[in-house]
Amino acid sequence: MSAASSGAKVVPLSPQSPAREVHAQLRGVTRVFQLPTSTLHALGPIDLDLAKGEFFSVVGPSGCGKSTLLDILAGLSAPQSGTATFEGKPVSGVPDGVGVVFQEDASFPWLNVRDNVAFGLRRAGVDAAEIARRVDYAVGFMGLKDFASSYPAQLSGGMRQRVCIARTLVMQPRLILLDEPFGALDQQTRLLMGDELLRLWRETSATVLLITHALDEAAMLSDRVGVMSTRPGTFIDFVETGWERDRDSRVVSTPHFGDITARLWEKLRVEAMKIMASGKD
Amino acid sequence: MPRLAGTLIVLLCFLVMWQGFHLLVGASAIASPLQTVLKLGTLLTQADFWANISETMRAFVAAFAISLAGGVTLGIVLGVRRLAGNVAEPILTTLYSIPKVVLYPLVLLCFGLGISAKIAFGVMHGLIPITLFSMNAIRQMKPVYGRTAQVMRLSPTQSAFTVIMPAILPEIISGVRLGFSLTLLGVLIGEMFASQRGLGFLLTNAINIGQVDTIMAVALLLTVFAVTCNSLMMLLDRQVSHR
Amino acid sequence: MTEKRLRILVVLGMIALVELLCRTGIIPYTVMMSPIQMTGEMVRVLASGQFSADIVTSFANIAIATVVSILLGFVLGLIIYAMPGVRRALEPLLASYYAVPTFVFYPIFVTLFGVGSASIISIAVLLAVVSMITATLNGLDRIPRVLRKTGQIYRMSRVQTALLIELPAALPYLFTGVKLSVAYSFIGVIASEFILSGAGIGYAIAFAYNLFENGDMYGLMLLVLVVVTIVNTALNMIDRRLQARRQR
Repeated sequence: MSAASSGAKVVPLSPQSPAREVHAQLRGVTRVFQLPTSTLHALGPIDLDLAKGEFFSVVGPSGCGKSTLLDILAGLSAPQSGTATFEGKPVSGVPDGVGVVFQEDASFPWLNVRDNVAFGLRRAGVDAAEIARRVDYAVGFMGLKDFASSYPAQLSGGMRQRVCIARTLVMQPRLILLDEPFGALDQQTRLLMGDELLRLWRETSATVLLITHALDEAAMLSDRVGVMSTRPGTFIDFVETGWERDRDSRVVSTPHFGDITARLWEKLRVEAMKIMASGKD
Repeated sequence: MPRLAGTLIVLLCFLVMWQGFHLLVGASAIASPLQTVLKLGTLLTQADFWANISETMRAFVAAFAISLAGGVTLGIVLGVRRLAGNVAEPILTTLYSIPKVVLYPLVLLCFGLGISAKIAFGVMHGLIPITLFSMNAIRQMKPVYGRTAQVMRLSPTQSAFTVIMPAILPEIISGVRLGFSLTLLGVLIGEMFASQRGLGFLLTNAINIGQVDTIMAVALLLTVFAVTCNSLMMLLDRQVSHR
Repeated sequence: MTEKRLRILVVLGMIALVELLCRTGIIPYTVMMSPIQMTGEMVRVLASGQFSADIVTSFANIAIATVVSILLGFVLGLIIYAMPGVRRALEPLLASYYAVPTFVFYPIFVTLFGVGSASIISIAVLLAVVSMITATLNGLDRIPRVLRKTGQIYRMSRVQTALLIELPAALPYLFTGVKLSVAYSFIGVIASEFILSGAGIGYAIAFAYNLFENGDMYGLMLLVLVVVTIVNTALNMIDRRLQARRQR
């Protein structure tokens, strides 16, 4: 069954998302690394519009520059050419209102769960009562209430990622960037964490950009998926999923889900094979 | 606690072997455990013994303070400045494996026969391990902590004190623990051959007069001191770590 | 510039600086002679054969101490590994072992064995053996279980598994113990000779110092430095090859 006949929406190769306010934008972004003996074109050119409140996923083969894209959007690194804007202003350093959940476990082992979650607020000088209120909420929301006094070493990988998500959540970010946050977890935990992420997204009305190598995750969670080519990565396809806002992991059992993943794999497979053929990872 | 019971049994066996050894070779070669403890007790009531202890401690505390401050600072600088760290590391490890005792005459010629020579010996032994461990602590720090601090928009000072320092502290404490023991060793060896005061001197003096019980009493005192301090630091490490 | 070249440059630079400070008299001759002069003395000392007996004695002691501590440490490590109860009991003691200033026991050995090779080797072994025990335990711990299972699938005998699978797998960690044993033997032997002895390089250096024979003293000191550097570099090269095999 071809993707076209299945009913998945075919979207022209334009970064514009129809009729919604643009929250963050990348235009002509490229990232080049100067190595001692060569130049590495890691990314670009990238054109991307993120609509406000959108859940957008990025899938692509290894090494295509997905993480670099996230770094540029978050202000952690600067592009060699092109512009990145957030809420209308150019990105320079990490803007206020951006939260990032990294691939590696970033929970601080020397603090318990509660102190981990409260960390950013305390540094920002928020008053104690407000901190307590927000931390209690986030801890409860992420299902960590029974572990509030535990230390990360005592928790599983999934729980530690929840701590990192809670820590991001308390800062009330308007844009949440996630770099393969569930990469280290098993499939079943991933599906459940995906549901948590959707809950979070609905609750905060934030714009979410999720980087993942798992097609099913992208297809199930997002409003829109961008497919990237091999290095230097550019967007070669955008797929609208058309899901309802109150979706959860049970969409995996619908035929439409199969169509979306088929569509994603159609383009991605070609790119992934290039990586395999080159012998590098 | 069953774990500690095993260790106590081992220590008990050691005591038994010690006593057995004493009976075997005689009191002129090895003092019995009881004799050693009694001698130590007697020594601890003597004022000049305490004078020797304080002499050693003064040198040790000064040497340790210098090794600690210098080692941690140098280690952090070398850890942060990658190139400098990579260049310096093999040099430091080679210096570390040189039997420092070989350089002692040079130290004596520089500092003379006083307490500054002893402090120099101590620093010679303790500085490099603390430096290497501190450097390693920074290098081993997970990069994601730094990026988290960036995303939270922390100021450099906040980042240093609330993220980097707690992250590297356990590794630094390991280095400090080792540096502590080595600094003590350095000071003692210095006293053993180049001083007229201190516990090290007491040891070599006791060999010369053949006072076996004194030798063993001082050895016992130093062992107990070193092991106690080491255990305390290990406890501190566990407290700070939560890992 | 590569790091290696930079490092060589730094070391040569520092030696040149010291040379300069000595030549201009900022570091007086009575304190230290210049590096070039020291090298001259070292060559002279070696050529004259004046200290050959001492040099041979020391290196013989170091070699014996190294071999004894490696073998003894390995065997003890194996035994302790095979008896988990004993291991648990010993672990706190082994962890604290290097906190103890081992040299304070040197006088005890002297009263037992007199001033000679026996005491010197004893203290050196006492210093080195625990690092080998710890390295052996560590190496045996780190053998991934899956490798032993592979041996079982191949239906290998216990001895075959030990020699063909376990030993090579543990080798990088064991070699760390070997490196440390060599280092500690060097330190143990020379320091003991320095403190109280009648023969050996350490004794010769102390003797020369007491007689103000700076030439002999610095010549011998440099000799020890050079030998230690060469031995360490060689061991490190082997170590690097082995480390490449390590499981991540």
